[in-house]
Amino acid sequence: MSPKTGSPLLTVTGLHKSFGTNQVLRGIDFTVHEGEVLALIGPSGSGKTTALRCLNGLEIADNGVVAFAGGPSVSFHPDTRKKTASILRQRSAMVFQGHHLFPHLTVLQNVSIGPLEVQRRPKSAVLEQAAKLLDRVGLAEKASAFPSSLSGGQQQRVGIVRALMQEPDLLLFDEPTSALDPELVGEVLTVIKELAAEGWSMVLVTHELAFARDVADTVVFMDGGHVIEHGPAAQVLRNPGNQRTQSFVQRLLNPF
Amino acid sequence: MDETWQLVLDSLWPLAKGALTGTIPLTLASFSLGLMLALVVALMRISTSRVLSAIARIYISIIRGTPLLVQLFVIFYGLPSLGVTIDPWPSAIIAFTLNVAGYAAEIIRAAILSVPNGQWEAGYTIGMSRTRTLYRLILPQATRVAIPPLSNTFISLVKDTSLASLILVTEMFRRAQEVAATSLEFMTLYLTAAALYWVICLVLSTIQTRMEGRLEKYVA
Repeated sequence: MSPKTGSPLLTVTGLHKSFGTNQVLRGIDFTVHEGEVLALIGPSGSGKTTALRCLNGLEIADNGVVAFAGGPSVSFHPDTRKKTASILRQRSAMVFQGHHLFPHLTVLQNVSIGPLEVQRRPKSAVLEQAAKLLDRVGLAEKASAFPSSLSGGQQQRVGIVRALMQEPDLLLFDEPTSALDPELVGEVLTVIKELAAEGWSMVLVTHELAFARDVADTVVFMDGGHVIEHGPAAQVLRNPGNQRTQSFVQRLLNPF
Repeated sequence: MDETWQLVLDSLWPLAKGALTGTIPLTLASFSLGLMLALVVALMRISTSRVLSAIARIYISIIRGTPLLVQLFVIFYGLPSLGVTIDPWPSAIIAFTLNVAGYAAEIIRAAILSVPNGQWEAGYTIGMSRTRTLYRLILPQATRVAIPPLSNTFISLVKDTSLASLILVTEMFRRAQEVAATSLEFMTLYLTAAALYWVICLVLSTIQTRMEGRLEKYVA
């Protein structure tokens, strides 16, 4: 897939974050362009999930700036409140590793509660959009089911629809397939791939390197709270310039 | 023997009237007010404010650490010496409400904490405020966890309202005492009252089972 060259959508500058004495992010910079699929990869503990969560205000960085072109923009400092950072959610939506669907609501209620109760969009339009998107991910007949009756792959597809219903400019995926049984991974990756092909901008924390190579335009390799390598997916994954990236990619692609 | 059964039958209506005009309204009023107060105390207890959390902890500790009968007496017989006189009924409702709140607050707190943190985060990411996440997403899930222990509290309260007879509230047990005092058939009257308490609690247990069944529908 050829790198897309839209205008910058999200710029991340100098992101720092510590949990107690543990410095998780030590100055992270990257830019996501319109229509770009950026994969954040790295060993566990490298800070990639924390970085992603900062983009959505779920984590409050100690320092640094997360800025959407045309706003909102949040300059983090130690006194930043969660409420302040929550404005980032106007432009981005999150898909969690564990999907976090609401177990007491039906599939349809899960995906429409935000648009109806928070964004207060007209009910008929929201329900129509929900039906369309559920149909797209192959779950039209599950609209009135409760999440517990779905498979893990179906639950995660509902999670993706819930994010899409926010009508975000940027989709954030936090290891969307890591909690799934292996045979269910494909159906979720297929949906993400289709969204990428449609031109959605996304940041994807993933361990699926083959998928990243296939779908991502750009790969950011993180280790120890730093961005070690950042470039076109083909280059970073096939021909890494850095020793640490090389050994990580080797290990994941050839685990035995 | 026939006379005893006749007395049981004759006393059923006065006792049932005591339940309908005393025990049951006293229980319902105290429990609903107590639940509201318990939610407030539970939220204070889990709030990040140390002051609020400490106040809630002290409150719970005092309520659970002192006998209900003492709490009733302090309010009804004790407060007048400070110039505050409260009638029997309001005294009873105040005492039972405060008491229920102390126990139910811990149940509600634990139930809220039993909902995974990811549910809060999912609420936030779809744009919900903390308050809306709490009442649209967290409390409905916490309710399922809280119903069995809250039912315990409720059933205990039904029986505890008999203590109100000691501060002159005419509920079911006081009726039994009144009838017993004229007939001198103490055993018969107290057993009749006991049976009626048991029937009320059986009905409540059935309702509890139904509610649990209804809330079970979305759980794997």
